[in-house]
Amino acid sequence: MGKKTPDFISTTNACKLCRPLGACLAFKGMEGTVPYLHGSQGCATYMRRYIISHYNEPIDIASSSLSEKHAVYGGGPNLKLGLTNVAKKYRPQMIGIATTCLTETIGDDVAMYLEEYRRDTEGSVGLPDLVHVATPSYAGTHMEGFHGAVRQVLARKAEGGPGNRTINLLPGFVSSADYRYLKEIMADFGLDCTMLPDLSETMDGPARLEYEKIPAGGTPLAAIGAMGRARATIEFGRTLGEQEGGGSLLTERFGIINHRLGLPMGIRETDRFFSLLAELSGRPMPAKYRDERGRLVDAYVDGHKYVFGRRAIIYGEEDLVVGLCALLAEMGIRPVLCASGGTSGRLAEGVAAVSGDILAEQPQVHEGMDFFEISDMAEELAPDLIVGHSKGYPLARRLDIPLIRVGFPIHDRVGGQRILHLGYRGAQQLFDTVTNALIARKQDESPVGYSYM
Amino acid sequence: MEAIALPDRQNHIHRKGEAPFAIRCNSDSLAGAVSQRACVFCGSRVVLYPIADALHLVHGPIGCAVYTWDIRGALSSGPELHRLSFSTDLQELDVIFGGEKKLYRALMELIERHAPKAAFVYSTCIVGIIGDDLDAVCRQVEEETGIPVIPVRSEGFKGNKRAGYQAACDAMARLIGTGDTAGISRFSVNILGDFNLAGEIWMIRDYYRQMGVEVVANITGDGRVEHLRRAHGAALNVVQCSGSTMQLADMMEKKYGTPSLRVSYFGIEDMSEALYDIARFFMKKYPDDPEAAAIMERTRELVRREVAALLPQLEEYRRALSGRKAAIYVGGSFKAFSLVKAFRLVEMDVVLVGSQTGTPEDYAELAAITDPGTIIVDDANPLELTSFLKEKGVDVFVGGVKERPIAYKLGIGFCDHNHERKEALAGFTGMLNFAREVYSSVMSPVWRFVPGRADSGHSVTT
Repeated sequence: MGKKTPDFISTTNACKLCRPLGACLAFKGMEGTVPYLHGSQGCATYMRRYIISHYNEPIDIASSSLSEKHAVYGGGPNLKLGLTNVAKKYRPQMIGIATTCLTETIGDDVAMYLEEYRRDTEGSVGLPDLVHVATPSYAGTHMEGFHGAVRQVLARKAEGGPGNRTINLLPGFVSSADYRYLKEIMADFGLDCTMLPDLSETMDGPARLEYEKIPAGGTPLAAIGAMGRARATIEFGRTLGEQEGGGSLLTERFGIINHRLGLPMGIRETDRFFSLLAELSGRPMPAKYRDERGRLVDAYVDGHKYVFGRRAIIYGEEDLVVGLCALLAEMGIRPVLCASGGTSGRLAEGVAAVSGDILAEQPQVHEGMDFFEISDMAEELAPDLIVGHSKGYPLARRLDIPLIRVGFPIHDRVGGQRILHLGYRGAQQLFDTVTNALIARKQDESPVGYSYM
Repeated sequence: MEAIALPDRQNHIHRKGEAPFAIRCNSDSLAGAVSQRACVFCGSRVVLYPIADALHLVHGPIGCAVYTWDIRGALSSGPELHRLSFSTDLQELDVIFGGEKKLYRALMELIERHAPKAAFVYSTCIVGIIGDDLDAVCRQVEEETGIPVIPVRSEGFKGNKRAGYQAACDAMARLIGTGDTAGISRFSVNILGDFNLAGEIWMIRDYYRQMGVEVVANITGDGRVEHLRRAHGAALNVVQCSGSTMQLADMMEKKYGTPSLRVSYFGIEDMSEALYDIARFFMKKYPDDPEAAAIMERTRELVRREVAALLPQLEEYRRALSGRKAAIYVGGSFKAFSLVKAFRLVEMDVVLVGSQTGTPEDYAELAAITDPGTIIVDDANPLELTSFLKEKGVDVFVGGVKERPIAYKLGIGFCDHNHERKEALAGFTGMLNFAREVYSSVMSPVWRFVPGRADSGHSVTT
């Protein structure tokens, strides 16, 4: 089966982002929280620009703005000054501090600096809580940063005590539309839910009368505190390591059962999620979702001939790649390459778990890939479409095949934050998008100019 | 009422007419202030980026390379190696044991694969910390491959963006003077500080062609290594965006005696003046040469023709925009001068102007050319900008991607004048595009739905 990818030394057009970016995004989904990078000024600005181009929303990320002397003598004083300035101007409930390669390499002991800072400011009124996650950008990707931030905020804030009826939901990094839909689903099952993080409003906010220094929304900090007393946790991520997410931490500390599922993409992965919700709520699937599922099956049938056997390259974050593979495979599309810049070591296992019983032949699965390698393999794989974020556009253009835009970043279209991926409704939207892209291609390529397809 | 700016930021803000001119600038950004600035690496990367036949390898962890992948709208008429993002993608073990070997192997691999005319190797924060000997690796690869392999001293923490400009100029200085200058016209220039966004340098080159002036090297828009090598053969350096390439012009003046002119290609006034300045330069240099006089004559004709074609088309926009208020926040303040004039041409009032990297001289000049009451700000941040925009009742904000959501959340029009834009805003045509850009944002019907706008006729209570 296929050649092994060549072992290049250099990276060209990476298919991953750096670790602190993921942490900043996760912090943006917590109420009243300002993300803060302990490093030099450029990191914060670059990440802001990158994130803004996707969401078209303000994202203020503070920085220690370290200079040469701080790199020599340590960044502690600037960290403390920066925290004070952020507290003064933003009046946040919490500051989420992520480190960078610079401060990890010079060996700044951020935990100690924060302890000192807390001690120095003890008794002051209105000071924000401080959470810190180590995110050296030379290890892992933005996804490790994202999950790390979730885990660290739980480690700091979740408290035990008398149990409550709440369900913890840890979806990982999905679109604002996805977060909104998940909340709707939980409410429709009558489940009291705390979702961490929640970027549904903070990164896709309405036009408001007053400019908000910190956009409204995000998981309330009090609710995060209560996550240690929840009934159960649901955590998405088939490639997530045992100790990586927040779910296992809540199990270890508070004995909360953790239900690990794949991202609910496509019918089968979504069925698993809904079955769990039915079990946890003691209610059957609400009629609304039964109908969504029914319409989705109906659509699959209506469109199946247009998509069957078409070859797809899928790339992006590992859990998203697994979810996309589940969805495309059950539509009748044949994923030929599943690629990610991540290196969890679990991507192949995840892909096999969601597509092994449907695909006659398993796709090639490669971790640690960049777009040079993906492009290199693409020639031979002769795909009909590629599925992933905007950075695959040069490849799609070169091969002259459709790019189905999903995930992050979407830098060349509006509304990336409103793409729905999850649940029956997300599958419906993606199915329509994929099928129509293939129909449009067939129509455009035909010399006849059919207006019926 | 709470002060708009932190105490340590207040002397970075000047309100014209309220006090004698004084502003603090060109200093490190304040921790926690959420500066709009990037870093040294960013400064180097944006300047060298458009050199299209060079390999640009970022030595460090993946972030610095991936956030600058295809980031500029800098077009090339030929090779497009600059649009790829190359990185050594340093991992934990590289950080512990050093990244020199990986750098060497990455360079050899990429040079073999792409056959570039030169390679720039960018140093990032941790490379400065772990102490990789970039010079030694570059020297070795240069010897083995026969192409210039040039280290760029762009560790992010070693100053601000301006330090990055310096590092980029130092890197280019190593190429200049290594090529053959035979056959270069005595009426020749280098274009410094234009990055060929949306093809702007092609428009400028065409003006020079019409004048009868040869362009030796584009520095750096649509740039080529071979052209840089012979740039010392040009009679004059024409420097735009002076913050980024003035150091290179100064170096060339010292080393090769090449004089330089500071110009701007934005707005009718500055564009015309740029062309006249060059024509005057050659008149002065060759007072008795009929060709110099002919250049001046062709320049007059060119400006006359372009302005005559442009003014009637601008009229519609001027009528609609007259009396509206504009705010400017850009990277380099030199561009801000031109924008102030360009807005004046369509009778708009500039009420706020600021930059990331202005010098005291730049801000003094801004204070001189703006109206009383104008806010002048150095190294601003979202909260300051938000307050100023609200206070002044601005209709359109000119900035880059990071400023855009600030404007939009406030219900204010926006014009992108940064390096990601896809619209040509330089030259005579650029002035028209600029007016159209501003017009299409200011005149959009969408503002009537925005809750914060006084003119919003919304009836739904929000």
